Amino acid sequence: MSKKTQVTAEGAFKVSELTFGLTVQPGSSRNFKTGDWRSARPVLDREKCVYCGFCYFYCPDGVYQDMGSDEKYYKADLDYCKGCGVCAYECPKKCIQMVVEEV
Amino acid sequence: MSVTDSTKPVGIEVSLAMAEAVKLAKAEVIAAYPITPQTHIVEHLSDLVANGELDAEYVPVESEQSAMSACIGSSAAGARTYTATSSQGLMLMAEMVFIAPMLRLPIVMAVANRAVSGPINIWNDHSDIMIIRDCGWIQIFAENGQEATDMSIISFKIAEDPRVMMPLILNIDGFTLSHFIEPIVFPEEDKIKQYLPPYETSHKLDITKPMSLGALGPPEVYSEARKAMDDALLASKAGVIRGFEEFAEIFGRKYNLVESYRAEDAETIIVAMGSISETAMVAVDEMRAAGEKVGLVRIRLWRPFPVEEFLAAVEGAKYLAVVDRHFTPGFPEGPVATEVRALMYNNDNRPKIANFVLGLGGRDVPRNHFKHIVEQVKELGTAGSQSRYEMVGVQQ
Repeated sequence: MSKKTQVTAEGAFKVSELTFGLTVQPGSSRNFKTGDWRSARPVLDREKCVYCGFCYFYCPDGVYQDMGSDEKYYKADLDYCKGCGVCAYECPKKCIQMVVEEV
Repeated sequence: MSVTDSTKPVGIEVSLAMAEAVKLAKAEVIAAYPITPQTHIVEHLSDLVANGELDAEYVPVESEQSAMSACIGSSAAGARTYTATSSQGLMLMAEMVFIAPMLRLPIVMAVANRAVSGPINIWNDHSDIMIIRDCGWIQIFAENGQEATDMSIISFKIAEDPRVMMPLILNIDGFTLSHFIEPIVFPEEDKIKQYLPPYETSHKLDITKPMSLGALGPPEVYSEARKAMDDALLASKAGVIRGFEEFAEIFGRKYNLVESYRAEDAETIIVAMGSISETAMVAVDEMRAAGEKVGLVRIRLWRPFPVEEFLAAVEGAKYLAVVDRHFTPGFPEGPVATEVRALMYNNDNRPKIANFVLGLGGRDVPRNHFKHIVEQVKELGTAGSQSRYEMVGVQQ
């Protein structure tokens, strides 16, 4: 065993880069996309959508955005959607399908 | 007139002397819950605050877990913060204790060392502090009342040093220190102003510069965060030395990380921590008078462990009799002996080491225990290695 083992699984920060006492400045959560562990994503069929807003109101994470009276639908922000499927379950027109995320 | 105005030694219970020292240090927030044998310290501080002798916020919390939570909050707000606890209280507090060093909050806590249950026992040993040995705080063991008093002031100096900024535990033996009346010389108030100015820091909660304390540390950063904390604790040794040296310059009482007593030419060295060392010194004198080349090395700074200073203090000894006031059920040795042995294992000229568990749960430790352990460790020279600790005086 002359060859040294390569260490993998290194950290995202260096010790020397950490703030004193690991304090965090305000607004830092904007730096983090929290939807990356989703296993399924909502896909809307805009033909069937009646712009009722159930998905917008029921979404526990507030990821739905009102696209306005011209567009007449609500759009899920997939940077933050956790794929829980509440929107699809509550949609009265059943026009949201949960589609499995392929890795 | 207060006892602290006296320039002569004052006969006073050590717990009360420590509370008076915390008053002299002008602690700003004290959050504590009473538990024997620590109670007299915070009870007296409560009196001093209520009487207007100490201008501080005294928070009478509902548990030790809350005590440390309040201390973390007040230290994060930039206040000089003090608490004290013991045994079961320290265990209830433990969850919060581990958080303070990560946040770099210089809280000072006295622990009146007491056995942990069960069986329920209020008397002295070191089992409480050893349970949270790895909490990341600076940890000091005082030997006598004068030291406990001085250290109650020095602790703030060390912890709040801008190059340290780490919490500090001052260990005093329950009852054998906390409840004894000793002659104490109080550090002069005007000199304390010079030694320990008011605590100023930029590392505090400030509504004009918001920050979050205690953020999540997921796998991507936890290792680095813990390493940063250990680096800070190891680096605090220099701050401890600075705190001791500056105290010696101003007040004339010199403290070292490790104290040696007649150990320079000793063949056998007893290694101990805390007030038990006073008895050990008397035993060493008696053994020396009988021709035995024996000495004592006392570890004052337990964390960060003063590796170089300790190894220098025991250099040349053939036998080390390491005293533990706690043991590790299911393992052959107690924590002090395990660490001493680990430190020396890779050295070519390491001494024979044996471990002796003394004074559990307040059991008396007379001088003949030290004579016994010196005899026992020397037998290792012919009998090979000791397989496990000896609990001295235990009735099988």
